[in-house]
Amino acid sequence: MLESANKTSLGGLLLRISGYILLALGAVATLAPFYFMFVFATHQRSEIFGFPPPTWFGEHFWTNYQILVQKIPFWRAYWNNLYLALMTTIPSLFFCSLAGYAFAMYEFRWRERLFGVVMATLLVPAILNLIPFYLLIYQIGWINQPKALWVPAMAGAVGIFMMRQYILSSIPKELIDAARIDGCSEFQIYWRIVLPLIRPALGTLGLITFIGSWNRFADVNVIMRTQETKTLPVVLRTLQGATDVEWGAIMAGTALLVLPLLLVFALAAKQLMEGLTAGAVKS
Amino acid sequence: MRKNGSSASPHTVTLAMRWSNFQRRYAPYIFISPFFILFLIFGLYPTLFSLYMSFQSWTPTDGWGRWKFVGLENYTFTLTDPMFWRAMWNTVWLGIFSGLPQHLIAIPLAFVIHMVLGRFKTLATAVYFLPYITSSVAIALIFNTLFATNNGVINLVIAQLNTWPVLGWFLPDENINWFLNSTIKYGIAMVVVWQFTGWNTLLYLSAIQAIPKDLYEAAAVDGANRYQQFRYITLPMLRPMMFFAVSLTIIGNMQLFEQPFVLLNGGTSAATQGGQTAAMYMYRTAFEWLEMGTAASIAWVLFIFIGILTYLNNLIFGRTARGEV
Repeated sequence: MLESANKTSLGGLLLRISGYILLALGAVATLAPFYFMFVFATHQRSEIFGFPPPTWFGEHFWTNYQILVQKIPFWRAYWNNLYLALMTTIPSLFFCSLAGYAFAMYEFRWRERLFGVVMATLLVPAILNLIPFYLLIYQIGWINQPKALWVPAMAGAVGIFMMRQYILSSIPKELIDAARIDGCSEFQIYWRIVLPLIRPALGTLGLITFIGSWNRFADVNVIMRTQETKTLPVVLRTLQGATDVEWGAIMAGTALLVLPLLLVFALAAKQLMEGLTAGAVKS
Repeated sequence: MRKNGSSASPHTVTLAMRWSNFQRRYAPYIFISPFFILFLIFGLYPTLFSLYMSFQSWTPTDGWGRWKFVGLENYTFTLTDPMFWRAMWNTVWLGIFSGLPQHLIAIPLAFVIHMVLGRFKTLATAVYFLPYITSSVAIALIFNTLFATNNGVINLVIAQLNTWPVLGWFLPDENINWFLNSTIKYGIAMVVVWQFTGWNTLLYLSAIQAIPKDLYEAAAVDGANRYQQFRYITLPMLRPMMFFAVSLTIIGNMQLFEQPFVLLNGGTSAATQGGQTAAMYMYRTAFEWLEMGTAASIAWVLFIFIGILTYLNNLIFGRTARGEV
């Protein structure tokens, strides 16, 4: 295609080489902080801020780990993270696909307007809901209870939008009508016909929801007030407030927080990136 | 509707048909109801309640229900509060200097990825995208160590670049203390740019890939070089995506919270005034000083501000994005 026009010329070659250099520099700048996180996780505080700062792995990961589990309920927080992420993801897959299916496949009164309401909630900056949300949770007595965090997140607008788009583009209406003629009830059509067909989209939505919940901070920080109920990002933040900040231990904890997502991403990067941009390109 | 055999009486046929029609008619409403129920309880009701709360004085130790009506006092306090305006200034400053570079880097980067990479396109994009899926708290904690004044990695890199010709003229000779009122914003902006440039690159790349190839071919036949192709084909075709991506950046940057919150150690840093955003100031008003009514008024002022920005963005760039001009 277009490369062929310039490939033979010297200018084209130079352009190509400078492109590679630019990309390589960008990649180094992007990956360096991750690299230093892992390196610092294996060094003591005095080494991290010494001259020169460590650029290769040291031998104090175990020391850092000991500090970590001694200062904070590390594995408890880890479990809280996982619990919150799973409890948000699983109902989300169900409720978002159900609503997405309804918006994609049914003709009903006010469909466009109701879908407009769903999309409009995306425009409201989430952080502004923080105080009202806290007040409500306080009012109904759900402070320190994980359900305060996952129940409201069970049917998000992003998920509904994604599911609707995918169903519109992949499931023919005739299939639904055929199932209806065969005697399926409306829910059976969703459960037996639609769900199996949208598995790839469910996978993508599951990843996105899981990652989002795993990284949640602001609202968790105000709803979960006791050490036992806090998630990992929240307890790691509290380590930073101490007088002698154990940066080695914090980096070890941060590395353990980031690592699972890096692994997930390594396996499903393509699917995740395609899913995230699918809606954006069409709109 | 079932295929009814001739043995079924007309009565059962109509009943089955009625049930079938009934559930078909109401199923979509039931299927979408979880979203609306949750939205009414956890979205709309608290938002309206916070509007009410913004006219009250209340702190959690008062006990639920014991609020005191204070009229517009919270709003007059907020709008005449120098700390609030400083936080607003920080927010707008960060909105521009952590937003603009994202797009100025991402658009050419996406173009270069598209031009020179074949097989490794996905891998390269994945690398750039990595920070986007990483916890903001983790990122801010990592950068906290990288920003150390003495022997911090970022200062060492700057010292190294300082020895280069030309570039060195623009860089300071001494180590930068990143945790001062005058410098913290640059640090926060750097973190935000690092975190979100990859996301925008992904958006622009997907838009570039959707541009029909024959447009470039026609241009190449007419003798357009790559720069001209980029300038006269790619950029104009990217407009709708630019509008979308910039809108997301505006909404995201106006509610910047986690990065400044962690870099400023929750508000205990000496550089707090120089770096805290409006969202962070609102947070501290509510949960540090426990002034819920005042915090609610900040949220509403910020909400109106973001609304105006979004509207202006629509007015100025939305039309060109839709190709109406």
